[in-house]
Amino acid sequence: MRPFDYVRAETTSDALRADGRIIAGGTNLLDLMKLEVETPERLIDVTRLDLREIEAQENSLRIGALVPNSDLAADERVRRDYPVLSRALLAGASGQLRNKATTGGNLMQRTRCPYFYDTAQPCNKREPGTGCQAREGFNRILAILGTSDKCIATHPSDMAVAMRVLDARIEIESPSGETRLLTLDEFYLLPGDTPERETVLEPGELITAVHLPEPPKGRQAYRKVRDRASYAFALVSVGAAVNVEGGKITDAALAFGGLGPRPWRDAGVEEVLIGETPSAAVFDKAADVLLRDARGFGANDFKIPLTRRVLKAVLSELTGVAQ
Amino acid sequence: MKITLSVNGEGRSLDVDPRTSLLDALRDHLDLTGSKKGCDHGQCGACTALVNGRRINSCLTLAVMHEGDEITTIEGLGEPGALSPLQKAFVRHDGYQCGYCTPGQIVSAKGMIAEFSNGWPSHVSEDLEAVPDFSEAEIKERMSGNLCRCSAYPGICAAIRDAAPDEGLGEREAAE
Ligand SMILES: Cc1cc2nc3c(=O)[nH]c(=O)nc-3n(C[C@H](O)[C@H](O)[C@H](O)COP(=O)(O)OP(=O)(O)OC[C@H]3O[C@@H](n4cnc5c(N)ncnc54)[C@H](O)[C@@H]3O)c2cc1C
Ligand code: SF4
Ligand code: FES
Ligand code: FES
Repeated sequence: MRPFDYVRAETTSDALRADGRIIAGGTNLLDLMKLEVETPERLIDVTRLDLREIEAQENSLRIGALVPNSDLAADERVRRDYPVLSRALLAGASGQLRNKATTGGNLMQRTRCPYFYDTAQPCNKREPGTGCQAREGFNRILAILGTSDKCIATHPSDMAVAMRVLDARIEIESPSGETRLLTLDEFYLLPGDTPERETVLEPGELITAVHLPEPPKGRQAYRKVRDRASYAFALVSVGAAVNVEGGKITDAALAFGGLGPRPWRDAGVEEVLIGETPSAAVFDKAADVLLRDARGFGANDFKIPLTRRVLKAVLSELTGVAQ
Repeated sequence: MKITLSVNGEGRSLDVDPRTSLLDALRDHLDLTGSKKGCDHGQCGACTALVNGRRINSCLTLAVMHEGDEITTIEGLGEPGALSPLQKAFVRHDGYQCGYCTPGQIVSAKGMIAEFSNGWPSHVSEDLEAVPDFSEAEIKERMSGNLCRCSAYPGICAAIRDAAPDEGLGEREAAE
């Protein structure tokens, strides 16, 4: 690990004034610093800031950026009103990691692409312009949607997939004192020609909270497929909230993990479902739309049929109609 | 950097490079070598310690971030001649072979029992809002952050089930 200066912020304005890299739970940043994939010169420890509350506001919930993943998953309001979020969190990492991982850090965690982790290999995300070894290499865990010639990495978070289903907004404070609220689609960038830029967060800005709006109507589910039954990242995951009334789907929100460079949501998929009587044929049509531009790179080709199956299984579970 | 850590109820002063992980501080500076380094990347659980009663991977946190926290290691749970119920149960049920993962398993189990007692659900809990049974499936899922290269899992599971009632299973912690 490269040497760095360590600064402990006592207040949010301390943190915004200090020039350096934020460390919260440290479970992703330190992992990458040990490998010298990340080499910050100064760390700003934000763990003492007062951002640990989950506050109920009018029909909504404001989750402080430092709320640990385990507390968020266990919160009684989240378990009751936003079960997709509890389920997604509980499907991620391990008990020890969830105790340390924070809401803000989880959103900002970086890809698990093996070449990104290996400083002996070229990687456009780690070292712009060096190339992408994954396209023709070990890409089993990598993306089939939203990729570019430069990078095919996935965003590995489970939590973010559920937040995308729930139309969460990320609260960001900037050094000038401004606060803005962004949806996850506004927050995460697609790789394009600059895979090193993953979010719109500017240097010096701090995620202070995540806002969950009113719970969606209907039932919610999170299903994750991985290489072992626990303590593994998603190959494919589906988060969903679906409402059926009078035999028709009236509301649907779906987001996908393991498929793209950000938690993937496609309004076209929901349009296919809303207003329809749930049936295997309708579920297949939704999968057709989701996967119309999907592209595998060899070792991850299996994700295309797997996604179809997981999507259909989740829709079947939530609507009570056989796949 | 000069820091003071509270470890197993005792204040300990040490002078560390900011890069020092909590695990290295415990092992190399405080001579508490019970906590083990398996992977140093959060992937095995051998380094599990309790910070303010909660289990974490001590390899993925910096010592300098833990001033003011109460840290508990395997040495703080019990010692030869005065073993904790979990430690005794691991001996009784043969919950190990080489023993390398064992301190992490025991400290993790201690933290896990407290989480369970506070009503936290897990990935395998059928109902997110009900109190789950302390079943084998629940124990396995909740302990998945601790790998055992010798695959002593049956003994580990049996030891945890056996000792849990004496380790406060079902006693809800007062809210912080
Ligand atoms: C073995 C292992 C298995 C895992 N399995 C899973 C899994 O199955 N599913 C899953 O979703 N995750 C998994 N994870 C990843 C884990 O969820 C993340 O490491 C964790 O959520 C990161 O949160 P943190 O608080 O520790 O972040 P840190 O490591 O502290 O920070 C990560 C990044 O976020 C930035 N940051 C942190 N807080 C803020 C803030 N408030 N504002 C702006 N920037 C900020 C930091 O500067 C840094 O760049 C796993 C991790 C490990 C090590
Ligand atoms: S997929 Fe992205 S992160 Fe992986 S090697 Fe290619 S450029 Fe790097
Ligand atoms: S040494 Fe910390 S998890 Fe392996
Ligand atoms: S007893 Fe050998 S690793 Fe678990």
